[in-house]
Parts: sequence; structure tokens; C-alpha cells
Amino acid sequence: MTLKKNIIALRQKKAQVKMGGGKKAIEKQAAMGKMTARARLLYLLDVNSFHEYDMFVEHEERNFGMDMKELAGDGVITGTGTINGTPVCVYAQDFTVMGGSLGLKHARKITKIMDHALKMKVPIIGINDSGGARIQEGIGALAGYGEIFYRNTLASGVIPQISVILGPCAGGAVYSPALTDFVFVVENISKMFITGPNVIETVLGEKISQEDLGGARVHAEITGNAHFFAQTEIQSLNQIKELIGMIPHSNQKKAEKVAPKKPTFNKNLENIIPSDPKQPYDVRDVIYALTDESKFIEVQELWAPNIVIGFGRMNGETIGFVANQPMYLAGVLDCDASDKAARFIRFCDAFNIPIVTLEDMPGYLPGVDQEHAGVIRHGAKMLYAYSEATVPKITVILRKAYGGGYIAMNSRHLGADFMFAWPGAEIAVMGPEGAANIIFRKEIMEAEDQDAMRQQKVDEYIEKFANPFVAAAKGYIDAVIEPSETRDLVLHALEVSQNKYDHRPQKKHGIPPF
Amino acid sequence: MAKKNKDLVDFAVTARKYKTKLTAKYKQRKPWVDPNPYEVQSLIPGTIIEVSVKEGEVVQEGEPLLVLEAMKMMNHIQMPFTAKIKKINVNVGDKIPKDMLMIELEAADDDDDEKNVN
Repeated sequence: MTLKKNIIALRQKKAQVKMGGGKKAIEKQAAMGKMTARARLLYLLDVNSFHEYDMFVEHEERNFGMDMKELAGDGVITGTGTINGTPVCVYAQDFTVMGGSLGLKHARKITKIMDHALKMKVPIIGINDSGGARIQEGIGALAGYGEIFYRNTLASGVIPQISVILGPCAGGAVYSPALTDFVFVVENISKMFITGPNVIETVLGEKISQEDLGGARVHAEITGNAHFFAQTEIQSLNQIKELIGMIPHSNQKKAEKVAPKKPTFNKNLENIIPSDPKQPYDVRDVIYALTDESKFIEVQELWAPNIVIGFGRMNGETIGFVANQPMYLAGVLDCDASDKAARFIRFCDAFNIPIVTLEDMPGYLPGVDQEHAGVIRHGAKMLYAYSEATVPKITVILRKAYGGGYIAMNSRHLGADFMFAWPGAEIAVMGPEGAANIIFRKEIMEAEDQDAMRQQKVDEYIEKFANPFVAAAKGYIDAVIEPSETRDLVLHALEVSQNKYDHRPQKKHGIPPF
Repeated sequence: MAKKNKDLVDFAVTARKYKTKLTAKYKQRKPWVDPNPYEVQSLIPGTIIEVSVKEGEVVQEGEPLLVLEAMKMMNHIQMPFTAKIKKINVNVGDKIPKDMLMIELEAADDDDDEKNVN
């Protein structure tokens, strides 16, 4: 009889916590076009799979009238569940509870579930929707943030960490997402900044909207802080489900293999690339022609589009693709493209995902802005990431491979396992025009018709050097292949690499040029 | 094969021009301008607290020009070299952005030097 009473009391207590900040606050959340924290989790996770932890945690702040305040779950929901059968740890900040503000107990709930994820070797997904530090708690809130960042760093490269920004995420709060592997944002809903528009206006007199300062599009397109951009929360949560299905659960596993499928993209590879090296094309068409069902999950699609990165499957195995994109900025490497590719390569390497590199690039982007922005330092990240990676590394040179870019794009010299080149590939120290101008400077200067002589020398250079056979003769390229053979040969290379073991000197950790 | 696309522009990388699209970020990049030593610009956004010089005055290298409060710090901006104050573009209390041209200088000629001495 008493137990029955207790059970009823428990149910009431649970029901109360599940109301979060109450009916009014939930209505306000809906009016902003936002789902509640609980609804988000329930949508993200498989039906009936969510198990909540620490529902009855209470804050301990006694100042500023906080002792009178009850905060449901201290403003964050944490727990475990599955996504299409994959176990995951999750947390979702509840904006209806005191603006989702982060106090010490709120943070401790998060760090507890993070520790759990790290121990159980499962991915962790954090849904961020918080006004920031709970100012009433003072440095307790700062301590909470710090403890989260510390765990983000410990978990980095061990379990996949995913952040979704479904509301404001300001001040110190932004650094947890920044430390995680993939950040998802939603147009008009996500806002990320260190100092918001109010502070900027007070201090500097500069007026800017939240959206223009740190909206979803800004982070997806300009800063590169976001990896996946969506129009709605539902779309964003679906993107997460898709990604979780593609990547391994931890660094001790490989991504789950699925049944092999053929590509559905049926354009002939030979016809995708224009013969004129100055004409662009969409390199994603080459990826579609290689992947199972022609599926490709592109990462950071809008930022630094001159390089394309993302995941696809080949014969059921997850592959990381890195490809120059001639459609944007001629496919050059620049600061952002190098940054983007380097971090992705390190993710793939950390999580046992083979890397296929598709190369067609004219070199590094010239310009004062690039040099002053540190293209040397940023470009070096790519060299570092490729050299460091011990997963199977396969390169296909589609067309141009010039200069430093040739080295950077997973060349043999950085430890590529397989180097393929299409017959039209131009592997050379620089573009033929530039090379001819330097090597034959005297002949061109002394010629009666300089332009004609220059053209003649350029043609000579192309004939002799701008082809894959010079590199093939030196063994830098393993095979010159026909485009139609590409998928089969890459699959073969992957098969041969199944038991790849590569040795690296023992060290505490390297010192990449961050 | 390549479809006509009006977004494609000529884009020079070394000696060859490629047909390609530009990114918004690339289009918004600031062109390089040679720094002009006669322009005193703000290195950090903030508030002007004090202006210690007047237009037309010749100021010696190292003398105080103005105080710019930024990030809760009083930054004392000094004269980079001996010259004449041509124009002052800020007033006490102004909130100014980064890279604002605060004070314009011009070379001090001999006359000015004499006036100063007298």
C-alpha cells in the first residue's frame, strides 16, 4: 500500500520535472519556433529508447534569492538512448528553465554524462540552447564550463562528439561546441558569439543583429565553426541521425559496414572533366560516381567550398573524401581550405576511416590577404594531417597537381599508400605557362614574336612535363588509370589496406601548427 | 560539356586564368593598402578619453597624442615621430571602431620648428 503511494508520488515528481520551466515558458519556446529540449531528444532518439539520468538534481546556490527557486533538472536533460540502434549519450539544455543558464549542477550533469560516454565508448551529442552562465552562481558557472571543456578535450579522438546549436550559445558556452567534432546549426535559430550585439554596441557603438553577428549562416559560410547547416530543427536532427550511422562509435572500432551497393549516378566519368584545364566542373560528380548509391554526406559544404570534404561508402565501408573543387576559386588551397581539410583528415585518422583524395588544383592562392592571414601556417596543417595519418590513404589525380599543392594533397611523399593518376593529369612543379616563362625567359625575350615563342615553349613544356608519365617514371605514381577503372581500383586498394599497419615514432603528442 | 554559367569569372592563379566561381568571403577581402606613416589609426575599438594636441601644433616624437579606453584599459597613444598635427578626427567621448583614422599628420617644416622654439 505504501509502495503504491510512493510510486504515485514518484510519477508526480517526474511529471513535474518533465514540465521544465512550466506551461508559459514552453509556449514562449514554441512561439520562437523552437521545440522543447525534451521533444528534441525524443525526436533524435529511437522510440522508447531514452533513459533519463539525474532528473532530480537541484542547484545549491543560496544568494540573490536563488534559495527560493526550484529549477527542473537544473535546466538540462541528460541520458542515454539509441539512434537507429547505435547507443549514444545525450544532453539537452532546457531554455524554458531559467533560459537554460548554466550553473554548477547543470554543468555537473553534463560532465557526468560525458564521463559515461567516454567510459562506455559511445558518441555524445549535446543540444545547446542556453542564455549562458547563470550569473547568480558566479564563478561556479565558470568552473562548470571549464570542467566541460576539459572533458571535451579528453574525449577528442576517442569518441565522436556532436554539438547542435538550437538557440543562443554565447560567451564561454561556445567553446564546448568548438572543441567537438561536428557542429550543427539551424537558420534563424542558432546564434553563437563570444560577445553579443548588446556588448558590442555599448563598448564600440557598432550596431549588428544577432543573426548577422553569429547566425547559422555566418558560422556555416564565413567562420567555419559550423559543419552542418539546416533550415529547420527537424532537418538538423535528421542530419545527426544520418551522420551517426556513418561514423564509428569510438576510436577502437571501425564504422559499421553495410551491404555493398552500386553507384546510381550514371554519368560517364570520362565526360565529367573538361579537357581544357581552365574549365571548371563539380568534383562532387566524381565522388557520386564512386560511392555506394552515389550518397555523400558533405561536411562544411558552404565554408571554403574550394575544397570538398565528407563521408561516403564504398562497398559498404565508410570512406572520408577530400577533393579539390575547381568550381570555386579554381580549387586552390588557401587558409580556410587547408584548415577545413586538415581537421577532417585528423578526424578520419582518429576514427579509422580510410581517406580517398581527389586532386585537381592549381596551387596555393596568391595574395597579400592570404600571406598575411598566415597561409604558411594554415597550409602546413594539411601537410601535418596527411603525414600523420596512418589510415589507408589513396590519391587519385584527376587533372592538375602543381607545386606545393601537389605535395600537400596526400602525395606519395607524405605517405600515400596508393597513387593513381588519370591520363590527362598534369603533375608538374608549376603550371606550364609559369614554368615556360621562367625556364625559357631568354628565348622568349630574344624572339622577334615573343607571344608566339612563349606559346611554342608552353606547348613544348606541356608535351614534355605536364603529364602523369614523368611522375610515373619516377615511381611517384603507382598507376596511370582510365577514369572508368577508378572505382574498381580504389575498392581494390581498400581491400589490400584492410590490415594496414603503419608505424609512427612514439611521442606524447605531436605539435601541429594550430 | 561545361554549361554556360554567368557566375564563372576569370581567376588568375600564377600565369594561367581559370574559369571559376568566387566565394562571398573572397569577394569581401580587403585590398592591400600601403600604410601611410602620416595617419594615426586605432588598433583597437574603444572610447576617446583625452585628446592632448591641437591641429597645427608640432609635436615631438613620444609625446602623448590621446588616450583611447579599450577593454577596460587606458591606452596612451604617442606621437610616432616629430611632425605637425594636420587634422584631428576624434573628440573626447567618441566611440570609435578599429582602423579608424584618428589623427592626420604632416611633415613639420623649418618655420614650424622656429615658431615652436619661440
